[in-house]
Order: sequence, then C-alpha cells, then structure tokens
Amino acid sequence: MSAAADTKEQVAALGEKYKYGFVTDIEMERAPKGLSEDTVKFISAKKGEPEWMLDWRLGAFRRWSEMTEPNWARVHYPKIDYQDAYYYAAPKAPEKKLSLDEVDPKLLETYAKLGIPLSEQKMLAGVAVDAVFDSVSVATTFKAKLNEAGVIFCPMSEAIRDYPDMVRKYLGTVVPVSDNFFATLNSAVFSDGTFVYVPKGVRCPMELSTYFRINASNTGQFERTLIIADEGSYVSYLEGCTAPMRDENQLHAAVVELVALEGAEIKYSTVQNWYPGDENGKGGIYNFVTKRGDCRGARSKISWTQVETGSAITWKYPSCILRGDDTVGEFYSIAIANHYQQADTGTKMIHLGKNTRSRIISKGISAGKAQNTYRGLVSVHPKAVNARNYTQCDSLLIGGKCGAHTVPYIESRNSSARIEHEATTSKIAEDQLFYCLQRGISQDEAVSLIVNGFCREVLQQLPMEFAVEAQKLVGISLEGSVG
Amino acid sequence: MLEIKNLHVAVGGKEILKGLTLSVAEGEVHAIMGPNGSGKSTLSYVLAGREGYEITQGSISYRGEDLATMKTEDRAARGVFLAMQYPVEIPGVTTLTFLKTALNAQRRARGDSELDAMSVLKLVRQKATALQVSEEMLKRALNVGFYGGEKKRLEILQMAIFEPALAILDETYSGLDIDALKLVAEGVNALRAPERAMLVITHYQRLLNYIVPDRVHVLAGGRIVAEGGKELAHELEAKGYAHVVKEPA
Repeated sequence: MSAAADTKEQVAALGEKYKYGFVTDIEMERAPKGLSEDTVKFISAKKGEPEWMLDWRLGAFRRWSEMTEPNWARVHYPKIDYQDAYYYAAPKAPEKKLSLDEVDPKLLETYAKLGIPLSEQKMLAGVAVDAVFDSVSVATTFKAKLNEAGVIFCPMSEAIRDYPDMVRKYLGTVVPVSDNFFATLNSAVFSDGTFVYVPKGVRCPMELSTYFRINASNTGQFERTLIIADEGSYVSYLEGCTAPMRDENQLHAAVVELVALEGAEIKYSTVQNWYPGDENGKGGIYNFVTKRGDCRGARSKISWTQVETGSAITWKYPSCILRGDDTVGEFYSIAIANHYQQADTGTKMIHLGKNTRSRIISKGISAGKAQNTYRGLVSVHPKAVNARNYTQCDSLLIGGKCGAHTVPYIESRNSSARIEHEATTSKIAEDQLFYCLQRGISQDEAVSLIVNGFCREVLQQLPMEFAVEAQKLVGISLEGSVG
Repeated sequence: MLEIKNLHVAVGGKEILKGLTLSVAEGEVHAIMGPNGSGKSTLSYVLAGREGYEITQGSISYRGEDLATMKTEDRAARGVFLAMQYPVEIPGVTTLTFLKTALNAQRRARGDSELDAMSVLKLVRQKATALQVSEEMLKRALNVGFYGGEKKRLEILQMAIFEPALAILDETYSGLDIDALKLVAEGVNALRAPERAMLVITHYQRLLNYIVPDRVHVLAGGRIVAEGGKELAHELEAKGYAHVVKEPA
C-alpha cells in the first residue's frame, strides 16, 4: 500500500475512533481513481463546464504531468502517490446525517470551549440541522443585502456558468496555471471554491465568510478562490473556521487569487484548524496552498492575516505583488505547530511599483516535536523607487524538542529601497509559568495566556468576531504542551 | 493556620532546608530573617509549590490540610499568596487581563461565579488608588518596562485583590527607596486582618520598623536558630547575624 493511501486510511481510522463526524457508506459519485486526462474531463463534465474551462484544465494537467514536486521546504512526509487517490467525489444522495448523541463528546467539548452556538456546532459536526436553523435565514438576509450592493458572492462553479467573461478575464492571472506543482494540480482538478466581485466604489456591507455559504460548507480538497475588488472598493473575507472541520481528504492544494484594482482594498483572514494528526504524528492533513494577491491598480492594498493551527503539514506563502504605484501589502501570521506538526509558511512581497510598502509580522510557536519555519521573500525590482519593507519574525519555543527556523530572502535592485528585518526567538520561561500558577492560573491556561500575549499584534488584525474564537483556539491547540 | 514540622527540602539534590519547624496562627505577622543563602527563598518557594523544590522529610500543614500534596494553582485558590522578589514580565498580556484571568481562575476553583470585565475593573480600581497604581499601568503589559517600585506595588495590589489567607512576602522591599518602602508597607499593614497570616521574609531589619511583626524567627543553615518578639529584630540590627546564629544549635 502506498504511503499516501496508508495515511489516508489512518486519518479515516482516527476519524472513526473519535467519531469526528466521519460518515461511512455514503453513496458517492467518484471519478476513476488516479489522475489522467479522463479524470479531468470527468470532473469538468460533472460540473457541466463550458469548453474553455475544460481546455484550461487540460492545459494545466499537461503541464503538471511534466512537473516535479518541490522539495525545498523544511517538511518531510512519505512520497505521495498521485495515482492512488480520488480527485472527485461528490455525495450523490443527501448525506446521511448523524444525531447529536452520535457525535464524539470530545469534539463537542472543543466547540463549547470555543463558544460556538449549538446550531453551528451541529452544522460543523455534520449533524442534521432542523428547518429553523438560524444560519439559513441569516444567509438569506445576507444575500439580499449583497445583491443590493451589487456584490457577487457565489461558488466558483456558479461563477463559471453565470459570469464566464469575468472568470476568463481574471482566473489564472495572479497564480498562472504553470506557477508551481500544487497550483498546477489545482488548476487541473479544482473541485469548487468561491468567487467574489465587488463593484467600483462599493464598500462591501459585511464581512464575507464561507461559514455562511451553507450550500458549500464542506471544504473541498482542491479549492479555487478568486476575489476581484474593482476600483475604489473594499472587501473583507474570512476563510475557514476555528472549529475542527470534518474532512476525509488527506491532500489539500488550494489556490486563492486576489485582484485589487485602483484604490481598492482586500482584507483576507484565514483560520485553519484541520486535523493535525494525533500526538504520535499519525494521520493529519497535508496542506499545500498557493495564495497570492495582485495590487494591480495604484494605491490599492492587500492584507493577509492567517492563524494556522491545524494540518500535519502546512506549506503556504500568501503573497502580494505590489504592481501599482503607492500600493501596500501586509502579512500577519500566527503559525502553531505542536506534537509532530510541520509548518513551513511565510510570504512573498514583490515590489514592482513606486512608493510601494510592505509589512510582515510573523509569530511562530513550536511545541512538542514540531518544526516551524518562517520562509519569506522581500524583492524590490529596479523600478520600485522608494520601496519600504518592515519584517518582524518572532519565534516561541515550548519545551526542548521542537524547532524554529527563520529563512528570510531579501533581494533589492533599487538603491532607494529601505528594508528592515527583525527576528527574535524566545522560550516560555519556567519562572513565567510559576508566576501564573502561583496566582491560581492552571498550566494550560498559563500557556494560552502567554502565547496569546506573544501573538497579540496579529490577533488584533482579525475581525472582532473571529478574534475571540482565535484566542481560544490558540490555547486549545497547545493544551498539554507543558509538563 | 500553618504548621511546618521538621521540614527538609532539597533543590537539585542538595539539601537546603534541614529540619525547619515553624508555626503561624491566624492574624499573626511573622518575620523570617536570616543571612543570604540561609534558605529563606527556598522556604517561600516550597510553600507556594514551585517545581524542583523537593520535600524529602517533614510536613507542612495548612488549615489542617497537607499542603505538599496540593497543586500550585490550588494552593493559590485556597489562599496561599507569594509576593515575589522578582516579579516576571509577560509581554503582550496587559496587567488588567492578567488580574482578571488569575482572579477568575481562583474563583472558579473555589466554585464561585466568574466576574465580568467591568466588575474586575471596578474592583481593581478601588484597590489600586491606595497603592498609587495608575490606570496607565494597568493597560501596560504585565511588569514589562515597570520600575522596581511599580513591580512591588503591583505585587501588593494583587494581594489586596486576591485577599489571601496566608501571604508570604519574599524580600518585597529590596531595591526600594524610603518613600516607595513606606507606600508598600502601608499597603501591607492595611491588609493585616484577624483571619490573615503573613510571613515576611527579609534580611533587612529596616523594613520591620514599618511592618512590625508579632514574632521574629532567624533562619540559618536551613533551620530556625533563634526566635523572639519584635525586639529580636533590633538585636540583630545591633549585633549582626553572627552573634545570634552561633548560640543555639
């Protein structure tokens, strides 16, 4: 049995053990196993896609066939057998729903700690939700409000059907089809994702969140997201969820493209808390993500905020191309790796335009036997007069068996550039813990408090309603990491 | 309230306390004096439950219970408070957040309901004025960039907020100028109460002019070698430790 299939089984087995809402025996419509032109055609046909989309996918597949998996990141995992996996599996009939009594109490405990309302807990755990479920009406209200503002917020498959011109104009213009191994794979087989368009001068009336997009609440294995903020518009997008999401796919390779036109601003926040594997490093999601934003118009701004606590492997570098003059790129990151988790994450700030500014604040926390790497590129091109970058990378170690690594790449081809890089590494000190314990704070709560303090600058960037949950999540992901 | 009998404590395999016996009743203030290296801080840490301080012999009874078997945080919830010689810094955590977290953790452990942010703020403000702890200090990260005097005042503020049954003050006065010392001593004196015992650990006699103890114990070589009333402190001041330490054994 291949390593990939092996891990996949282990994930499934663990899901069974913890009853993380994994559902067996669902009638699935599956693409043939393995990856070939036929698989790609099958997926495209299933989605009823136009020919241009199929051609685009096939082009990607052909390129991917000639590519090799990158190995420069500081992550180690058994070789993935791409022919020993399914690339399309849609539930045929409505999913068999669990009742609340069948859900693992441990999972519900986590939800309770996060303060998630019961109705949402049910949805997250895959429990059948009754007709009066709040979010449905919430979603409807939201839709009406968005329509009024002219904002398009829909699944990618719908956008391909209903807004083909826009999709064709922007898809693959930020992350080209041939960008990298995982992005190319995504281009060939992406399952679904989100499409957002904010018209000129419109300030999106609410935070957009996949959380409320009920019809696509199950995160796909190969998500494709495209957000376009037209001139002078503003949008804030929240991705993911602090609760551990049920997911039976081992390999994830999402692509997110952001386009900010003149004077537009996009704020993109992520909380990623997928299954990290057990405390012995068995199972867990492999998360290979390509996220990039293009500040295409002058004075536009793109800001990434991420809280990465889940997945066995995180390989992710949300980046900004500062193409327009006077554009701003920001990256705020918290990456927590516990037990045997491996995180290699950071950003790329590509300064092309004049007076472009970028800011990178990265907080890496390692515990257990985890390895946590910050990898970032700041590149100033010859025409980027007066480019400015400030980078701050702080690492916090808990215990003596984990690792923190900082790998900054700095390229400057314009002498007017000013680039600052600060880095620190610290440990949770025994005297800090003792001080907290002496004041009545338990070990886990003390770690949570100290780590939240360490992450404060990044947590402050999150939208309010997310920040509270994220703070709790930081504590929960590190429970039992000391002593 | 506190009964320590024949206590032996080792740190890193080395015996520091060698048969310490001490009894403190409710409402009393006891001073533990002694030269550097006599085991004063070890005594305060072992009472608070710091990791690495191993009891090899003897017993500590606190309000009739075996203190040694209680977890550190449980001791705090049951009223053991240690004002530390070197309060630690916790970057990014505001002083107010820390106070709220600690207070509610203790309340939870005792089965009391937690206080919301507004109630905590009200309580803290009420206690902070007397100790000249400003609003601005409460908004700063815990002890980060605090002056020595500010750190010590914050320790006493915590004592006022948590209202412990047994307060141990470990060299709370070191490094303070006379005005700061008076302020801290006033804070401590205000907390003297019939239901509260205090253990004031110091190697400076001067402090005891401001916090007048009921009993004075001299600790040397890991044992109590002399005991007396407040006049013993004056004797030490006049004649030095060497004089007192020699006599009994």
